[in-house]
Amino acid sequence: MSLLTVTDLSKTHHGARRVRALEDVSLSVDAGETLGLVGPSGCGKSTLARMILRLDRPDAGAIRFDGQDWLALRGRDLRRARGGLQMVFQDPAAAFHPRATVQGALAEALRLHSGMPRAAWATRIADLLTQVDLAPDLAPRPLSTLSGGQQQRVAIARAIATGPRLVVLDEALSALDTSIRGRILALLVRLQRDLGLAYLFIGHDLAVVRAISHRIAVMDAGRIVETGPATKVLAHPQADLTRRLIAAIPTLSPPGDLP
Amino acid sequence: MAGLLKRPEALAGGAVLLALALIALAAPLLSPGDPLAIAGKPLILPLTDAAHPLGTDRLGRDLLAGLIHGARTSMTVGLLVAVVALSAGMIVGTVAGLAGGWTEAVLMRLVEAFQIVPGFLLALALVSVAGPSLAGVVLAIALGAWTGPARLARSRVLALRESEFVAAARVLGLHPAEIAFRQIMPLALPPVLSLTAIIVAGAILTEAALSFLGLGNPNVVTWGGMIAEGRNQLRSAAWLSIIPGLALVITVVSTYLVGEALTDSLTERRPR
Repeated sequence: MSLLTVTDLSKTHHGARRVRALEDVSLSVDAGETLGLVGPSGCGKSTLARMILRLDRPDAGAIRFDGQDWLALRGRDLRRARGGLQMVFQDPAAAFHPRATVQGALAEALRLHSGMPRAAWATRIADLLTQVDLAPDLAPRPLSTLSGGQQQRVAIARAIATGPRLVVLDEALSALDTSIRGRILALLVRLQRDLGLAYLFIGHDLAVVRAISHRIAVMDAGRIVETGPATKVLAHPQADLTRRLIAAIPTLSPPGDLP
Repeated sequence: MAGLLKRPEALAGGAVLLALALIALAAPLLSPGDPLAIAGKPLILPLTDAAHPLGTDRLGRDLLAGLIHGARTSMTVGLLVAVVALSAGMIVGTVAGLAGGWTEAVLMRLVEAFQIVPGFLLALALVSVAGPSLAGVVLAIALGAWTGPARLARSRVLALRESEFVAAARVLGLHPAEIAFRQIMPLALPPVLSLTAIIVAGAILTEAALSFLGLGNPNVVTWGGMIAEGRNQLRSAAWLSIIPGLALVITVVSTYLVGEALTDSLTERRPR
């Protein structure tokens, strides 16, 4: 059985005009696998992520996570269960309290989900920082003094500190320099292998998504238009949008091909 | 805080306030005894008698002693009103901004209800019912002063509520009360704190006005009460009203000057 199953999720935003953000979206993520979710901006990817993370409620549909009816959890039970399903946000500078320090941010996760005595936190924080390739002596630093790449590594450390089974990465690499992207991608793959994590990797750039995903789902205007194993989706795209996304992957022709 | 030192007018205001605060604290030392007791001949002119540098009133009470002890009342009322009004406003505004829905509607209508009644009338009504105790006066004045902080806090909280770090805190499983009071409220505080000076100055004036109308505690010296006392001899002994009136003006202007600088330095320091 899948770790996360989303069934027929629908959501309409009621603003100045009604927008059908999600229409009967269904998808599943197995334990330890990465599902890449691609689509143009505004297609509903982030709305879907917010539903899965219980930041917003869908109008209709069901979500099962780790064998539980995820939408039925409330209050204390929900806050406890949240440790199993974490998220890394797009903008690492905005994802932390403006006055947080590295150890403060990580200690919060440990306090809520690790069950460790306070005395053991410092060691665990050093471990977590090492796990995401950061020097443990960054711990007392305010997050605002770190670089974007370092902040995103701390965000990843915070996400794994709760001992999750699934991490939602919402455009988690989009705000970073291209040079750092590859290294964080490698870090994510290593953490997945070491900790048995499943990822829901959301992005608009198919080149990045295909590098990490086992399966890919393509989303357009609130609907899933295509799902399948990554290699198959890339080699034999069925939907128009998928073909356009593949065509948009930048390639460098070998110099000999230049006219 | 560094910006505060660069502005001469704020520095001057701060110096005056500091001096007043020291005088208020040291009142029993500077002018021992009851300031309402008869100290000498009635209606001594200011600057004519070394024992009574600012003269005496029609009952022979020392004017300087009255001013010194009056500073105590003004400062205490001003500060306590600010503390009560800011805390109440912060809490109501934060809860309204975060809860939304019915809670927010009810709380904000309540704020508006208090806002449309002139603060002075509210204070007048409450003091005449509750009597002129210090707590009564402070509550009565705060009743008209907490709405500004509440509205400002709510608008800041509304902006902060949608920020990503709040979503991150929810995903992590923090209790909503912890998100509200430990994460959001401290960030909403600086702009609200910048209202302190206006509230203190307003409270000092309202307290003086209440005392002027005879609604203050008759056993405590207040500047407003002294002005009211002197009013009867306004033609023959104008200094009895003018001197406490000047004290009031100087205090309120100094508070505003400091407040202005404080507002600038607090709102410059915006969280990213």
